Amino acid sequence: MTKTNENVAGNSSDISTKNIKKKLNFSSLPYKKQKIVISIIFLIIPVILLTVFTYIPAISMFGYSFTDWDGISKTKNFIGLKNYQTMFSDIKYWQPLFVSIYYFIATFVQIGLAVIVAYLVSFGCKASGIFKGVYFFPSLVNSVAIGFVFIFFFQPGSTLDTVLNMVGLGGLTKLWLQDTSTNNISLAFVSVWRYVGYNIVMFSAAMASISSDVLEAARVDGANKFQQLRHIILPGISTILGLQLFLSITGALSAFETPYIMTNGGNGTMTFIIQTVQYAFQNHRVGLASAMAMVLLLICIIVTSIQNYVMNRKG
Amino acid sequence: MSKRKLSFKEILFETIKYAFLLFLLLVFVIPLLTVFFTAFKTGTEYTTTNVLSLPSSFLNFDNFKEVFQKGNMINGFKNTVIILVFSLLGSVLTGSMAAYIFSRFKTKFSKFVNGMFLVAVMIPGIATQVATFQIVAGLGLFNTRLAPIILYCGTDIMTIYIFLQFLENISVSLDESAIIDGANYFQIFYKIILPLLSPAIVTVLITKGVGVYNDFYTPFLYTPKADLLTLSTTLFKFKGPYGAHWEIISAGIIVIMIPTLIVFISLQKRIYSGLVSGSVKE
Repeated sequence: MTKTNENVAGNSSDISTKNIKKKLNFSSLPYKKQKIVISIIFLIIPVILLTVFTYIPAISMFGYSFTDWDGISKTKNFIGLKNYQTMFSDIKYWQPLFVSIYYFIATFVQIGLAVIVAYLVSFGCKASGIFKGVYFFPSLVNSVAIGFVFIFFFQPGSTLDTVLNMVGLGGLTKLWLQDTSTNNISLAFVSVWRYVGYNIVMFSAAMASISSDVLEAARVDGANKFQQLRHIILPGISTILGLQLFLSITGALSAFETPYIMTNGGNGTMTFIIQTVQYAFQNHRVGLASAMAMVLLLICIIVTSIQNYVMNRKG
Repeated sequence: MSKRKLSFKEILFETIKYAFLLFLLLVFVIPLLTVFFTAFKTGTEYTTTNVLSLPSSFLNFDNFKEVFQKGNMINGFKNTVIILVFSLLGSVLTGSMAAYIFSRFKTKFSKFVNGMFLVAVMIPGIATQVATFQIVAGLGLFNTRLAPIILYCGTDIMTIYIFLQFLENISVSLDESAIIDGANYFQIFYKIILPLLSPAIVTVLITKGVGVYNDFYTPFLYTPKADLLTLSTTLFKFKGPYGAHWEIISAGIIVIMIPTLIVFISLQKRIYSGLVSGSVKE
């Protein structure tokens, strides 16, 4: 009965008087009941998808983390906190978290650079559209393509080495992606290169709401460019700036695609997610991988909760 | 402002500013430009010439032919397009419907569901893949195109936010006057709300479309079968057989980037505004 009602209501393409009879079926329901029916019909699919692919995985992962499951066999044994003990007793499982520090610092550099560039292109800049466009484009490009562009860029004798030789810095060349003193910095550079333009466009949109009259008044009063940035621009974009800084923490912890594509986590470039994925899908230790993912999940939830608390208090 | 005379300090500032912006421009262009040049070089040309030197001819399309004929790029395009069409359709429909309920019926039920989506933001999708994989495999979706399609439709708060923001700007009095005219809620949604949401739909199509087109880990984990590879995973496979043949890998990179470049140039304004509306969740 309800089903035919919906069909009629959904398909009737004109609400002409001729159709009154048909229309009456769903429409004749009081609006209160209509509300209930439409709420259920419109939300059922999103709720099912959200539950099945986000909540159930999170909960079952919590369960797996107490087992020795290999991900294939039908049996899994409850082993209590052993996976967590394994993790906490050996520093090698924590090494990848230190790699996140590179990405974390990189996002700070990225945000700082983006604020400065956004400021430079937002107020009285010629060809600002071209600058913004070129800086922004990489954030739209496919991650594998970007990864490969930079494997090429960092190859011995390739783009970076050639440019360094041209400007007389040839002595600096090294195996950028293999040398453990530079490889994480090279990878972090790629992520800055890729996303700084995104931040530039975002910040310059936020800066667009700051009136240039205010800046002009500050200039007349003798404020220099730096003071204008510090006292007018930064407070004006503080909300979005705060949000981006918090996102950078979880982003750094979840770094995966660029290092996986470019170095496969080799030579000390392993991130926490690469490690988790390798334990789950290559070493078939789903139990241990789940424990790792739970730790990451917990850190992300804590960071996001602090973020919500701080951002809401700010209003 | 431009009328008044610039002081020496200001001229210095302007000079440094443009020098810096131009330097950055080079940092962004050079890595891409060398790949572009390499894509038109022959194998021997690549090994013998400087990466910054121009190819002897920009009409040498051999590497591109190789990419399409032996690199299976057409197959990758096909799979990416199929996944794009269905996941975009799915997320526009589910996203707009959910947002409609959240914005118009503030009942306990809709608030609870809205809360479910807000909490889900805290769960980083990539961290739970270990367990999501088991569910996808358990449903028999592993190595089917349905797996990425459903995953892309399913877990996206961004889409709902974009629709919610637009809905807040559509006056409720429109709904009310339609109710007075005797329309039911389905009619209000399909005939009044959905057409008014079309700018939001375009924004969702762009932001979501770019995300799906560029995604690597979902197809990498869920559709590793050769004839289901997407553009991302097809290109990723180039690493093995073409290991040293950077002229061919470069052509593959360029081929993947061309659609993105076209979309960017033709929809630049929309992309910027979509990005802003998606990022400032208030």
